[in-house]
Amino acid sequence: MRLLIKGGRVIDPANNLDIIADILAQDSKISRIAKNIRAEADKVIDAKGMIVMPGIIDMHVHLREPGREDKETVATATKAALKGGITTVLAMPNTYPAIDSPENIESLKRIIKKSACANVLIAAAITKGRLGKELTDIQACKQHGASAITDDGASVDSGVLFAGALKKAKAGKLLVICHSEDKKISNNGVVNQGLISTRLGLRGIPRASEYKRVQRDIDLAKKTGARVHIAHLSCKESVDIIAAAKKKGIQVTAETAPHYFALTEDALLDYDTNMKMNPPLRSQQDLEAIKQGLKNGIIDVIASDHAPHTENEKDIEFDRAEFGVIGLETELAAGITELIDAGLLSWLELAGKMCLNPARILEINKGTLSAGADADITVISPDKGWQVEKSGFVSKSRNSPFLGRKLKGVVEYTIYEGRIAYKA
Amino acid sequence: MREKAKILDKDTLSRSLMRIAHEILEKNKGTKDLCLVGIRNRGAYLAKRLGACIQKIENESIPVGILDITLYRDDLTLIASGPLVRKTEIDFDITDKNIVLVDDVLYTGRTVRAALDALMDLGRARSVQLAVLIDRGHRELPVRADYVGKNIPTAKNETVEVRLEEPDGKDEVAIIEKDS
Amino acid sequence: MSTVWDKKDLLGLENLSKDEIGLILATAESFKEVSSREIKKVPALRGRTVVNLFYEPSTRTRVSFEVAAKRLSADVINIATETSSVKKGETLIDTGKNIQALKADIIVMRHNYSGAAAMLARALEISVVNAGDGWHEHPTQALLDIFTLKEKLGRIQGLNVAIVGDIAHSRVARSNIWGLTKLGAKVTVCAPPMLIPVAIEEMGVNVSHDIDDVLKDADAVNVLRMQFERDGGQAFPEQLEYFKNFGITKERLSKLKKDIIIMHPGPLNRGIEISSEVADGKHSVILEQVTNGIAVRMAVLFLVAQGQDKSKKYETAD
Repeated sequence: MRLLIKGGRVIDPANNLDIIADILAQDSKISRIAKNIRAEADKVIDAKGMIVMPGIIDMHVHLREPGREDKETVATATKAALKGGITTVLAMPNTYPAIDSPENIESLKRIIKKSACANVLIAAAITKGRLGKELTDIQACKQHGASAITDDGASVDSGVLFAGALKKAKAGKLLVICHSEDKKISNNGVVNQGLISTRLGLRGIPRASEYKRVQRDIDLAKKTGARVHIAHLSCKESVDIIAAAKKKGIQVTAETAPHYFALTEDALLDYDTNMKMNPPLRSQQDLEAIKQGLKNGIIDVIASDHAPHTENEKDIEFDRAEFGVIGLETELAAGITELIDAGLLSWLELAGKMCLNPARILEINKGTLSAGADADITVISPDKGWQVEKSGFVSKSRNSPFLGRKLKGVVEYTIYEGRIAYKA
Repeated sequence: MREKAKILDKDTLSRSLMRIAHEILEKNKGTKDLCLVGIRNRGAYLAKRLGACIQKIENESIPVGILDITLYRDDLTLIASGPLVRKTEIDFDITDKNIVLVDDVLYTGRTVRAALDALMDLGRARSVQLAVLIDRGHRELPVRADYVGKNIPTAKNETVEVRLEEPDGKDEVAIIEKDS
Repeated sequence: MSTVWDKKDLLGLENLSKDEIGLILATAESFKEVSSREIKKVPALRGRTVVNLFYEPSTRTRVSFEVAAKRLSADVINIATETSSVKKGETLIDTGKNIQALKADIIVMRHNYSGAAAMLARALEISVVNAGDGWHEHPTQALLDIFTLKEKLGRIQGLNVAIVGDIAHSRVARSNIWGLTKLGAKVTVCAPPMLIPVAIEEMGVNVSHDIDDVLKDADAVNVLRMQFERDGGQAFPEQLEYFKNFGITKERLSKLKKDIIIMHPGPLNRGIEISSEVADGKHSVILEQVTNGIAVRMAVLFLVAQGQDKSKKYETAD
């Protein structure tokens, strides 16, 4: 199988490449990039006027399977991912049961093998049942193929226990992803604490619940030498803490989600439950800090934190509605609209945050168009506008914070392992 | 919209009111138990003026009240565009009194119907009579006036505008033709 | 006043203009006269159905709305959580749609969650009147407080009004702040720091922790009901300590040597936030507030019914 993509603007941050060129993929690997490749191909894509970049790697996705197949399944999520230009997702372990044992990893792997239409990596839980009480067998999880460990949705409150996990992760060379939140400080809050929470009469989540835990997690990372990745940054103080840690040479990477650079707490003024997520939408000042963090490299990764919920769980009173929003199908367009169009990031920088950096953090041979890399490629019409509508989603759930918004950038083709897996 | 004709001016209007005052006194045989109740807005001003006319004729003042009938209308939508709900100001007991309701224009009769309901809720009058400055026809209910300043046959696409010194700065009555 | 009411709902005072608030108050003034008649009833909402949907127990607000609706000749149905299908797990929107399918015209709702009224209003074509949602707003309470103040002092513009008590968890405080500041009053909230919500001063109010200092400048004080049993996890002051430091007492008021108006949304906690002498004394307008509540709620029911008719009329006109 030979696939030739002709005449697109090729973006490959690993090689600092931004040129009009052709790409040839042979079998499941990138064969070469050059101008005017003359080669026989089984399939030729005319990519004139389009962006050609590595398949997106979304390292923060809730697949909901097993256990909550009413919200999403491996099949529907990976289909939605392909539509969003994403070829690899990292599945979070907060399923039912949680992915906290080699057996549960194996059973998830069977589901993936049967129904995934994109690459699915697995994150295992740090503690059994994600309860923060007893560590999982981290070494065994690694051996069965876990790409990282995390209790995402919760933080391991006990510093002693978490330090123990970090030591084991360090020994097993396993990445630790931190949902950095002190729930005692969050105090059952549902929106950012500030004027908006006061106006709405909703319980506020102070920024401190995030950044104090970010600081603790980084302190423990320094102490143990483990590699940690801080998930879904939402506030300015967290960005500052990461910046200071990086300056000191601590092994830490950080991620944010599109809603934190595209939306602020003002979007909550009519109690829209599709704007309810954890951490919450913050202030304009926080949004600017997140953007600057992306610009100056403090924040390495953009990931969706795709968190599907049924309409039954969202069309209820704000306090009772579930936290979380879907993002697989909007994250690229949100990035183009809010970061590239706004002049903040170049295409190379955006592809760095969405493809190359996640690949490096997860240590996989993806996220680049270098010869020999996996032929996961996304072809994008960067100027096509579209409106986000409920009916347009492939995901089983519809809880998008971008509903009704106009975004720019449409995925034309998603190529996974050398084959066209999605076509607009 | 254009003004088709002037029907009354300051002098003819005040002469009409004086004549109605005489008729009221004649029919009620004087001022005993007689009260005037004007329907907001312009009926209220007319009632006050009729009261003044009666005072002039009989040298005796009679109670004058104001009725707001907004809450008694049979269609909220019609008033939705509308005026503020204002107070009813009748500071005398209407029980066993002869009430003369006063309004500017008698048209479908629905305003008078609402006014009668409003009045009934305030007490049991001995009798209720109706005085209007203009009767323009097109009744939708069995209502007729006891005292009429002027009968003016009109078309449905016309309106009668009564302008009074107090709210409008001058006394006159005109027929306005609406663009259809 | 040139303002016309065109909203089908009343959800709060934050989203009303100064003129819209003025219109409700002016309309309420006319309705007050109705309650002074021998026959306290007008047919304005004859044939319409008002449903009181109460997810929290509240006798006084519910009764006030019921009396108001009946004086407008509407039919009133009361639904309280104990007797509804809520416990069986029906969602609020389903409950609302069922009430709408019964061809009711107005839902008056009390709910323990902030934003519930807004959510219901969005889902329905019939009118929703917020009778208190969580800590968010209680617009008719604030309107009757403002109506009473205006009746007593002749104006709102330029008045110094203090709100004392658990500001953080008070919908009455929020609605009063929006209404009073829009009408030009200077508002000071006064409570122990733990009961003052974050960033409240950005809503245009002063914050104080010294009740005697606040009383010196105040033309009126709205004393909030203290609910010490509320909200298990939160830090709350000790009852006697609170009364000592923030309770409105005769001793505090007699030091002032001036007139001051004391309001309270009820029900009273005598000896906790207010002393009996003050509650029953010459400064208190607490019972007048109750009377005025009827007029204000009549005005609100009448106006939202009008607003609903208008929005329907526009729909068919298209």
